Amino acid sequence: MTLSGWIIMLLAVGGTTGFFFWCIHRVLRSPGQTDKLHGVLDTELEIEDEERKRRREGRGS
Amino acid sequence: MHRPATESWSTQIGVILAVTGSAVGLGNFLRFPGLAAKYDGGVFLIPYFVALLLLGLPLAWAEWSMGRYGGTRGYHSSPGIFRLIWKNRAAPYLGVLGLVVPVVIYMYYVFVESWCLGYAWYYLTGAMDLGRDPVAYQNFFAAYTGSEKDASIFFSFLGTPLVFLVICIALNFFLINRGLTRGIELFCLWAMPALALCAVLVLIRVLTLGTPDPSRPELNVLNGLGQMWNLDAAGKSLWAQLANGKMWMEAAGQIFFSLSVGFGVIITYASYMRRDDDIALSSTTAVAGNEFFEVSLGGMITIPAAFIFLGAAGAVGGTFALGFNTLPLVFEHMPLGRWVGFLWFFLLFLAAITSSLSMLQPAIAFLQEGLGLTRTRAVAVLCGVGTAGTLLVVWFSKNLTAMDTLDFWVGTFCIYLLACVQTFLFGWVFGPQRGLEELDRGADLRLPRIFTFVIRYVSPVYLLVVFVAWAVQDMGNRIAAFTADPAVRWSMFFLVAVLALFLWWIRLAVKRWHAEEAAS
Repeated sequence: MTLSGWIIMLLAVGGTTGFFFWCIHRVLRSPGQTDKLHGVLDTELEIEDEERKRRREGRGS
Repeated sequence: MHRPATESWSTQIGVILAVTGSAVGLGNFLRFPGLAAKYDGGVFLIPYFVALLLLGLPLAWAEWSMGRYGGTRGYHSSPGIFRLIWKNRAAPYLGVLGLVVPVVIYMYYVFVESWCLGYAWYYLTGAMDLGRDPVAYQNFFAAYTGSEKDASIFFSFLGTPLVFLVICIALNFFLINRGLTRGIELFCLWAMPALALCAVLVLIRVLTLGTPDPSRPELNVLNGLGQMWNLDAAGKSLWAQLANGKMWMEAAGQIFFSLSVGFGVIITYASYMRRDDDIALSSTTAVAGNEFFEVSLGGMITIPAAFIFLGAAGAVGGTFALGFNTLPLVFEHMPLGRWVGFLWFFLLFLAAITSSLSMLQPAIAFLQEGLGLTRTRAVAVLCGVGTAGTLLVVWFSKNLTAMDTLDFWVGTFCIYLLACVQTFLFGWVFGPQRGLEELDRGADLRLPRIFTFVIRYVSPVYLLVVFVAWAVQDMGNRIAAFTADPAVRWSMFFLVAVLALFLWWIRLAVKRWHAEEAAS
């Protein structure tokens, strides 16, 4: 492995890895992103829970 | 021309992983290292990163911008979005490429996906023990894929390759039928971290190999990395190496295919973003994710591993030769090779299925919004069309002729064509300024303003030069193959039939959209 090989490898691998994790960091710390993580999947589950609860209450009365 | 919004992604990280999953495929782990080794390692990275900045990123941003613009107005497929952007009767028909390209690529890609699953299974069960003769691996691959004789896959290995193919087709359509969030997004949220984990484990194994054969001390990890990354080629200056036009063309092609730009997938995926979601950061993160898998993982695994056991002569080859002939031989030499082999082929399977899933969504979206089908019916129709194409590829398997023909005309030619159409629409009809406003809305990341100039002038010229150079180089042989080989002719007839079918469906969809607009 030559010096130029080391430089190219460190620049390419370090650059792409750093860029990717910087982007991921930006995504996770963006204002409102934690709200967006509470998305359709959770909402669907909440709707199903509420429907189940309503059905149970309906049966109870 | 506004229609009610339908589905949308549930999380930003979900859409990023879905788009990254669509882009990350076999090319990241096999084609990229193969090309880098072919062009003297590190030198290849110069045209590669130039193409990323001038072609890949601008085209990705353009697709995301047009996709979200169309999605917020109720359109999720290329015909609908193109018609919305360009008030021209031809516009929706140009969108046929955004449907045919992913569907036809799916037809043969799912076959390759089934090889990865099959090989992973053989490693897991310990059945992949062929010794140290390279010819044994070549013969195994030829028998397993049917490339020695047409339709031989139906009779080889007691039909086991077909079982894996059926599993892959069923899994794809099961997941796609579950919908955008519960199918694609949920699967990618699980599969992409698993893919990264498998790749990191294989990488650790490769980097800790040291000098496995003390009688050949030159075959060690550092020299393996040097094979991939060194700039120096014997007797050639850096400038002489950079003067190789074919290398620039292949680097641009790699960026282009690796990022899935011009596939018709990103435009559909982006159309499910909400009006104020951050598409600038999402698109940039998806591109960065693809580059991480390609350069940081693919670039560190394949060529160094092959070099350490097989030397410089073993560390070259095309996608299938490196992946299915060279690396299994390497795993045979490697301590814990059986488990590394399993992880390797399982990661290729995950990379393939996250891509093949994305190839189905554009046509599903079109069948729903254009022909008014329910998701289940759209999935059933697409399953019929897709499986017919896969059977054609499996039947004409000798030398993988049908796969190669479809890959050339659709997986390369039509992708260039679609990218040209998208660049024209974005740069000259939609307008880069309007596109930038779309990208800026809700964005936490401010994109460089020079993007408007690059996408309008530089990217189209770059794209056309690469396209023309590629066509001049390869087109003549392909036309000759059409007259010489019946398998090529059957594949082309099938392709034309699929194209005609989608064009007819677009005609019906346009009529339907006109009627809806007149009624509202």
